Amino acid sequence: MSSSEKIPEIRNYTFNFGPQHPAAHGVLRLILEVDGETIVRSDPHIGLLHRATEKLAESKPYNHSIGYMDRLDYVSMMCNEHGYVLAIEKLLRIEAPIRAQYIRVMFDEITRLLNHLLWLGAHGLDVGAMSMFLYCFREREELLDCYEAVSGSRMHATYYRPGGVYRDLPAQMPQYKASRWHSEKEVAEMNANRQGSLLDFIWDFTERFPKRVDEYETLLTDNRIWKQRTVGIGVVSPERAIALGFTGPMLRGSGVEWDLRKKQPYEVYDKLDFDIPVGKTGDSYDRYLVRVEEMRQSNHIIRQCVQWLRQNPGPVILNNEKIVPPPRVEMKKSMEALIHHFKLMTEGYALPVGEAYAAIEHPKGEFGVYLVSDGANKPYRLKIRAAGFSHLAGMDELIKGHMIADMVTVLSSLDIVFGEIDR
Amino acid sequence: MADVDTLSAKVTERLAHLIQESVLQVGELTLIVSRENLLQVARVLRNEADFYFNLLVDVCGVDYLEYGRDEWETEEATTTGFERGVDRSFMMDPDSHDSKNAAFGGKTGKFVTPRFASVYHLLSVQNNHRIRLRVPLEEYDLVVPSVVEIWPAANWFEREAFDLFGIMYKGHPDLRRILTDYGFVGHPFRKDFPLIGNVEVRYDAEQKRVVYEPVSITPRILEPKVIRRDNRYEVGE
Repeated sequence: MSSSEKIPEIRNYTFNFGPQHPAAHGVLRLILEVDGETIVRSDPHIGLLHRATEKLAESKPYNHSIGYMDRLDYVSMMCNEHGYVLAIEKLLRIEAPIRAQYIRVMFDEITRLLNHLLWLGAHGLDVGAMSMFLYCFREREELLDCYEAVSGSRMHATYYRPGGVYRDLPAQMPQYKASRWHSEKEVAEMNANRQGSLLDFIWDFTERFPKRVDEYETLLTDNRIWKQRTVGIGVVSPERAIALGFTGPMLRGSGVEWDLRKKQPYEVYDKLDFDIPVGKTGDSYDRYLVRVEEMRQSNHIIRQCVQWLRQNPGPVILNNEKIVPPPRVEMKKSMEALIHHFKLMTEGYALPVGEAYAAIEHPKGEFGVYLVSDGANKPYRLKIRAAGFSHLAGMDELIKGHMIADMVTVLSSLDIVFGEIDR
Repeated sequence: MADVDTLSAKVTERLAHLIQESVLQVGELTLIVSRENLLQVARVLRNEADFYFNLLVDVCGVDYLEYGRDEWETEEATTTGFERGVDRSFMMDPDSHDSKNAAFGGKTGKFVTPRFASVYHLLSVQNNHRIRLRVPLEEYDLVVPSVVEIWPAANWFEREAFDLFGIMYKGHPDLRRILTDYGFVGHPFRKDFPLIGNVEVRYDAEQKRVVYEPVSITPRILEPKVIRRDNRYEVGE
C-alpha cells in the first residue's frame, strides 16, 4: 500500500444556526461545530436585540422606565415590572397596601400561566407537536383579556407602580359588541362569561383551566414520540445547575427545591398555599413536567387570590403624594394636589442614596433588579439580572454530544426570550 | 431568608483582614473588597460551610463618573431663572466644574473615589442568604481577576461587563464582546459614552453596502437629573 492512500482527514463542519431560524426563539445566532450529526461545540452570539434598556433607564425618571420593563421578557410582562417596582420600593422603604399585594401576586401568577403556555406551545412546535400551539393560544387569549381589562393593554401593561398598582380591578368585564362579523347571537355566547366583574371572569377561567392542562397532558405526557424526543436530552446535574447559575424551572427540573416564593417570600406568598414541583433527572422531560405542574399550582394561587380580593376591598396604591400622583378628581379641587401632580410628572421623585437588589421568582427563574441611586430622580445604575442569560450561557454544556435535532429540544426547554437576554 | 445580622457578624469576623468595609443597608450586606483579595474572599465565601455561596447570581460593572452630580441646581435660587436645556458637555470635564465638585460627594454623603467597580451578587441555596461584593477599580488600571474558576456562571456576565464598561477580567478563558455589534468601538455603558451613540448605520445605494457615519441627531435631555435633599427623602436606618 502506497503512502498516498492514507485515510482522508475528516474535518468538523462549522455552520450558522439562525439568526433567522424559526426554532432560534427570536434572534439567536448559534455557531455550531458538528462532527457528522453530533454537536462538538456551540458558540451562541447574542446581542442582536440589544437596546441598552439599562442605559435608557438611567436617562429618565424612575416611573418612565416601568413600560420598558414590559419589553424585556415580552411574554411575562408584569413579572418584569414587579422586579423593578420592588427595587424602588426597597430603597424608598415603602410597602404596597395589602390589596395591591394580592393583585400583584394574582397577576404574577396569570403571567406565569401566560409564559408557560407560550413556552409549552412553542416547545411542542419545536419538537413536532403542532397542535399544542393552537390549544395553548386559546387559553392565552382569555388571560390577555384580563391584562386588557385591568390596564387597557393586552401585553405591555405598565400596571405596577411603586406603592401599589395603577388602579383597582374593574367591576365590569368588558364585553363584545355585535358587528358585521358577529351576530347578536354569537356575541351573546362570547359574552356568557363576561357578565360579572374581572374577578368573576378569572374565577370562571380557573374552574376550567385544570381540565385544559389535563388535555395537554393527554397529548404529551405519555406520548411515545414526545418522550423519545425529550427524555434524557440536555441533562444537567443539580450541582452543575447551581454552578452554572441556573434558577427557576431549570434548577427545579434537576431536583433542587429552590423557589423564591417559598424561600424568600415577597408580597403575600407566605400567606398562600402552594407546592413547589421538582424534577428528578434534570432532562428536558422533567423540565416539561415541572412547568406543567407549576401551571396547576399557579391556578391554585390565583383562586386563593380571587377569594381574598372579593372579600377585602381597600386601597390599591399608597396615599403618599410625594411618590404617587393624586387622583384626578382631587387635582380639580386642591391646589396642593395640583402641585404634587405637576412635580411628579415633570421631575418625578428622588430615591435615597444607596443600592438595592430585588429579586422575584419570574416564570423563567430569578429576575433581579440591581439599583444604584445617588439621591437623584433617575437611577444612577440599573442592572437587570435576567434568568435566561445564565441559562443560555450554560447551553453549550447541555448540548455537547447531542444531535442537531436535540439541540432544538434543549434550546426550547431552556425557555429563552431574547428581550431579556439582550436587554 | 436567614438573618442578615448574623451573617454580617460571621463575615466580618472571618474576613476582617481581607475586606475594606462592610455595609449593611436595606437588609442587604455589601463587602467592599480590593481586587488583590477578591479571589481569596470568593473562595472563603464559596467553600466554607457558614457561607456556602454556591450560586453566582450576577456580575456587573458600575461607572461612578457622574455619581452625585446633578444637571440642575435645585438648592440656590437663580437670578436668571431656569432654562429647560441642559448642557452636558461641562460634566465631562471636571476641571471646569469646581463649584460643583465641592458639592460632589458632600451632597450625597458618600464619595466613591475610584471610577469603576465590579459588583458580584451571590446566593447560597443551602443557607438561604445573599451577599454583594464590590471591587473598586481605577480607570487607568481596569483589571480584576476573573472568578470563572470559582463560579462557572461568571463567564458571560464578565464578558458583558467587559463589553459595556471595558473592565478586563484577568484569567477569563474567552473575553470577547457579547452584546454589542461585531466591530463596535467603545464601551457604551460608561457615563462618558453618549446615549445616542457615536455612529449610525444606513444602506448606501451607490456603494451598495452598509455605511457607518457620525450620528446626525443632537442629544438632548428631557427631564434634567436633580438631587433632592428634602426631609421627605431622609431615611433613618
